[in-house]
Amino acid sequence: MKKIIFLALFSLIVSLNTSYSYNSDPKTFIDELVNDALKILADKSITQEDKKNRIEIIAKDNVDIKGIGLYTLGSARKNLSQETLNDFNSVFEVYFLKNLTARLSDYSSQKFETLEAEQKSALYTIVKSRISGGKDIPEIIIDWRIYTKNPEKPLIRDLIVEGLSLARTQREEFNSILISNNNDIYLLIEKLKEFNTN
Amino acid sequence: MFLILVFSINSISLNTLKKFFMKKIFTIAFLICVIYMNHSLAQNEKECFEKVSRGIFNFNQGLDKALLGPIARGYNKLPTPVKNGTSNFTSNIGTLLSIPNQLLQGNLKGAGDAVGSFMINSTVGVLGLMDVASGLGVKDTKEDVSQTLGVYGISHGCYFVLPVLGPTTLRDSAAMLADTFVDPFATMTWRKKEVLNTVGKQRDYVGVKAAGVVDFRGRNDKNFKSLEKNSIDLYSATKSLYLQNKKKKIKNSNETQEDDWGDLEQ
Repeated sequence: MKKIIFLALFSLIVSLNTSYSYNSDPKTFIDELVNDALKILADKSITQEDKKNRIEIIAKDNVDIKGIGLYTLGSARKNLSQETLNDFNSVFEVYFLKNLTARLSDYSSQKFETLEAEQKSALYTIVKSRISGGKDIPEIIIDWRIYTKNPEKPLIRDLIVEGLSLARTQREEFNSILISNNNDIYLLIEKLKEFNTN
Repeated sequence: MFLILVFSINSISLNTLKKFFMKKIFTIAFLICVIYMNHSLAQNEKECFEKVSRGIFNFNQGLDKALLGPIARGYNKLPTPVKNGTSNFTSNIGTLLSIPNQLLQGNLKGAGDAVGSFMINSTVGVLGLMDVASGLGVKDTKEDVSQTLGVYGISHGCYFVLPVLGPTTLRDSAAMLADTFVDPFATMTWRKKEVLNTVGKQRDYVGVKAAGVVDFRGRNDKNFKSLEKNSIDLYSATKSLYLQNKKKKIKNSNETQEDDWGDLEQ
């Protein structure tokens, strides 16, 4: 009986540790989420693989990866079948998470603070934040585009680093590949798969 | 009348005539560029000659790997005060270009800040090696001719890549040339003309520009590597970042620009 209770408690603790839920206020949401991610990245007691897995769990739950994927396709998405879109979405999710963990690890040792939040519309709030580096690293201003269609469950849709939108950069990168290949989405999917396996 | 004309032509040296015509040619070429760019307002984000640009981009990448990258990484190993000193020094000289451009943009406060920043850093900041002005709240927002033209509403025109110099547009390449006429530092060094009784050497201009490039490349080494590692089309990613950055500089704001997510609801 003791063993069962112990196992039940243990699995509860594990599940609490691996599911991350945050405040629905956009500013607090970003504050809690990023500080959580930075803590994970800075934790020397866990392996790189574990860090990657935990960051992915946070991202899958709090970033609108599907929405970003559709945005990066631009107007091309309107001419695609649901099946093709599903193919793209699944490859894009792997690509996005790989890209995200690689970029985030660059900022693991820095101090993060949210500055203010500005509601742009019923759908979007921009949260301003600052990452302060050490003596050799300049301060970076990051704006987070938060999708608030469901006010109880805000989702990140874009990171604007020093005025440069990562989603837009990604969209223009994909657009260039599509244009130079007669809008063949499968060629883009192949390129993403290639990136994911490297 | 003819005699007077012959006499006056003889009294002007050939060199002066050459300079006079060169200036005229430059002004006309610049105006043609500006007019053309105005016509190409609808051609935003378009490429001038993409295949050639991609070739030049690859060449520049090779050059970066072989030369600039290793120099920048060597520079990064220098003590922090040396790097900060280099950064402050080149930035302070860059302030000289801001002064006329702030005036051309009608931004008197900006011009005042630029003059104040230059004066404080050149004196109290020991020839610009220390950025004392920023600490006092006097900060120069760097302005150049391309930003001035952008403020005037002139579109950037088509995009291309220059060997060694990197990404640019029709407007920005013409403006880069115009910078050397407007910038007091370029005038006194590259053009060897007296500004406040001071004349420099062309190598001073090249030296300061090269130091600025190495400093920028060194400070952004991590970002460049990350971009290269995480892009599936580095050329397009670089183009997008270049154009977004230029827009941001013209607006002098980090504010998110156009909201083009509009119809994307789930």
